[in-house]
Amino acid sequence: MSGKPRLTYLNGRGRMEPVRWLLAAAGVEFEEVYLETKEQYDKLIKDGFLLFQQVPLVEIDGMKMVQTRAILSYIAGKYNLYGKDLKERALIDMYVEGIADLMQMILMFPFSPPDAKEKNLDSIKEKAINRYFPVFEKVLKQHGQDFLVGNKFSWADVQLMEAILAVEEKIPAVLSGFPQLQVFKTKMSNMPTIKKFLQPGSPRKPPPDAHYVETVLKVFKK
Amino acid sequence: MSGKPKLYYFDGRGKMESIRWLLAAAGVEFEEEFLETREQYEKLLQGGSLLFQQVPMVEIDGMRMVQTRAILSYIAAKYNLYGKDLKERALIDMYVGGTDDLMGFILMFPFLSAEDKEKQRAFIVQKATSRYFPVYEKVLKDHGQDFLVSNNFSWADVHLLEAILMVEEKKSDVLSGFPQLQAFKARISSIPTIKKFLEPGSQRKPVPDDKYVETVRRVLRMYYDIKAN
Repeated sequence: MSGKPRLTYLNGRGRMEPVRWLLAAAGVEFEEVYLETKEQYDKLIKDGFLLFQQVPLVEIDGMKMVQTRAILSYIAGKYNLYGKDLKERALIDMYVEGIADLMQMILMFPFSPPDAKEKNLDSIKEKAINRYFPVFEKVLKQHGQDFLVGNKFSWADVQLMEAILAVEEKIPAVLSGFPQLQVFKTKMSNMPTIKKFLQPGSPRKPPPDAHYVETVLKVFKK
Repeated sequence: MSGKPKLYYFDGRGKMESIRWLLAAAGVEFEEEFLETREQYEKLLQGGSLLFQQVPMVEIDGMRMVQTRAILSYIAAKYNLYGKDLKERALIDMYVGGTDDLMGFILMFPFLSAEDKEKQRAFIVQKATSRYFPVYEKVLKDHGQDFLVSNNFSWADVHLLEAILMVEEKKSDVLSGFPQLQAFKARISSIPTIKKFLEPGSQRKPVPDDKYVETVRRVLRMYYDIKAN
């Protein structure tokens, strides 16, 4: 046992990607096990590894953690990325939950039927530009600091960075009305751990393709 | 300003109900403002009180908190219902994640067509009895303690009781294969703050009806075409 956290998921972004981002941002090395067949998944369930029969699964500090939010909160707490008190944690939680709603739309996008894809893409664009990005643009403008909460790097910054890049993959010019977010994106990209994660060969996964969608449907087939 | 938390939502369960449960369990009195018209909602939006243009919103300790999970985590921590350390918090978060997923299937139930409701009812019961209840049954059986995590009353216990009662409303004998959960239900229901919340006249909201659905749709101009799982 290496002592490193071990991630079990498909070889793709899905619900595990925010966990990869957060561990990487915290400078924590981790191992990954990739689910490729239904048999592997069924065996994990049979062996009692998955509390609610679902992945993500992260083995960390002697626990078999499931539920993405629980995993992320634990990592944020452990590596001091969760603010200094209850109120900062509340702000981080609000920001992270909002971003998660936007990321959920992106998560589901590859699985939408072909005739719904355009509508769903418009939805993502509309929500990013009218609901989510303006909030963080305003937060950064109002306090003029580098980081979203308490002038200190936190889970909220990592999550926002992930979301910005994910939306840009779909809508390249999406930050054009958001100068603060453009500066934020540059600053985050230059932070050593994030810079490393953004380089080729890192554990960061590419955007989901047809093969990924096929694997998901195959592994989780009822 | 009374100093009490103030909840902004519809006069019904929805996403706010878990917050009502947790505040009540912690013995915290709270006020409520009910959204009944589109105009009220637009006024809240224009006033800038809804960070992501959504409710629930809770005014608490000088903050206008949104995002149900953020609100619940804050309340849990403030009132010592979140375990004593990171690992206990991790367990509570995992358990609450499960009951949250289960209650999520019930959340959209009132918005479904009659035909889809029957389908969804079966789905809820199947998930409750095969995926979620067995987990908590085993946790309680394995450690033999009164509460889910470290022998201390926590958010996880409140959330599980709420989930049990909601599923029972869909199938009254759903706990028949779960003796630990039956005992848990009786135990947690008799905790004074919870007992009070379960009595008539409390701020607990009833099972959502057509009027509730109509109000939500009218105020938010959403949720007209929800499908079963």
